[in-house]
Amino acid sequence: MSDAPVLRMESVRKSFGGSVVLRDVDLEVAPHTVTALIGASGSGKSTLLRCANLLEEIDDGAIWLDDEEITDPRVDQDAVRRRIGVVFQAYNLFPHLTVLENITLAPRRVHGVPRAEAEARARELLERLGLGGKAGEYPDRLSGGQQQRAAIVRALAVRPRLLLLDEITAALDPELVGEVLTVVRGLKDEGMTMVLATHEMGFAREVADQVCFLEGGVVLERGTAEQVFGEPRQERTRRFLRRIVQAGRL
Amino acid sequence: MTVKEELTEGSGEHDGYVPSQRRLDRERYKRARARRATAIGALSTLVTGAVVYLVVVNAPGWPRTKETFFDWGYAREAFPKVLEGLWLNVRLLLVCGAAVLVLGMLIAVARTLRGPVFFPLRVLAAAYTDFFRGLPLIINLMIVVLGVPALRLQGVTVDPVVLGGTALTLTYSAYVAEVFRAGIESVHPSQRAAARSLGLGNRQALRYVVLPQAVRRQVPPLLNDLVSLQKDTGLVSIGGAVDAVRAADIIVGRSLNYTPYIVAGLVFVALTIPMTRFTDWVTARMDRRRAQGGTT
Repeated sequence: MSDAPVLRMESVRKSFGGSVVLRDVDLEVAPHTVTALIGASGSGKSTLLRCANLLEEIDDGAIWLDDEEITDPRVDQDAVRRRIGVVFQAYNLFPHLTVLENITLAPRRVHGVPRAEAEARARELLERLGLGGKAGEYPDRLSGGQQQRAAIVRALAVRPRLLLLDEITAALDPELVGEVLTVVRGLKDEGMTMVLATHEMGFAREVADQVCFLEGGVVLERGTAEQVFGEPRQERTRRFLRRIVQAGRL
Repeated sequence: MTVKEELTEGSGEHDGYVPSQRRLDRERYKRARARRATAIGALSTLVTGAVVYLVVVNAPGWPRTKETFFDWGYAREAFPKVLEGLWLNVRLLLVCGAAVLVLGMLIAVARTLRGPVFFPLRVLAAAYTDFFRGLPLIINLMIVVLGVPALRLQGVTVDPVVLGGTALTLTYSAYVAEVFRAGIESVHPSQRAAARSLGLGNRQALRYVVLPQAVRRQVPPLLNDLVSLQKDTGLVSIGGAVDAVRAADIIVGRSLNYTPYIVAGLVFVALTIPMTRFTDWVTARMDRRRAQGGTT
């Protein structure tokens, strides 16, 4: 496989009404790497992910997925989304479907995978993420951590090229965060390309190949985890990290 | 059984728990209060009933009213005929109910379609609901049941049952479409976002994710509309179709005694009560599920 970036953003701008949420954002995500987006709430991390998945339309700039410009209006958006998996902060599982049905919906209806095959793969993934016994349960019978792991399985079931994780532990009780992070760690070891917005600085430092610090919709600093956390160049990055340390999150 | 035994009985508490005096006093007070409430309720019901009875019976026209509205002989004569007619109402309910659900759903979906191609469809659906929700059902029925045959169109039925059913379907579809639309709009946008991010198209997201949740949530109001439809099937009698109301009408016309109307009315009420109770039960069950943290 070539080393061309899986995801590339160039001069991306996005505003809602009068407020500019992303300003001149450049980003490159190499295959089999993990990129962590850090920054305060409202810094634009989630919007960046939503733009990458075309859930939001950007105002200016361009985004490429595997050398295909996906912000070209002639592009089939559904086809683009099929190659990107997303896990949301609030899980967004479908409450009227069982865990197994949640997971097999897209493979069956979008990718035309036969039911038996889709279910076999779903069960295998569930087993691997420690949800073997939960296939027939409805989401509301699961704990937050279990729901989030089920949501990860749902995103993985379509074998995405890229996985976007939007503060996936932010809604979880502290004792459930670990089980979800373990799953992400496992995915990294398997070579999954991921971009994650996170408040878990310790985790970002451990797992990320590239860290981007966002503030006010701008990527203020980017580098390896060691560099951004160890010797941040920007004064504002240092201030942000200091606050995090004071809050006991690093 | 003492209060103490009753409190720990069957509660699964086998840890040697003995209710405290405080709890026993509290329970005793609650019981006394409940007994008092029941007694007051029974007494006030009795008094109200007695007052209504006395007012009606002592009304100056009561003997005559009793004769023309509550005649046992006519009631017995009318009952089998009314029941026979009721079968038509039931069949109308089943056929129209099914048609209304399908048509209502189509209209509701048409209103949520996006894209310029569907503009005329959206406008049409909106105009339809506006018009038929505003048009009184009785006028709709008269126009369809009496107006369509007057056109003497070749190949178009003049059967008052079919035409009456059509009019009912037209009006109720407008109501049911609004119920479905409210349901569709009540599904949180994040559900659609999740569906789209999995690669489902707009239509697939609607079909597999939004509609199933919308329909589930709207079961109570839908049942409510079905109850309403059930009694409004009696209005097809204005075209001459022999349903329960018309069957009563025939006897009234012959005898000038109104008892058959009372019989028909009671039969409709009797038919509606199970449906209403069923609606209440479904609603309560769904509320319970939601309270437990479910969202379906």
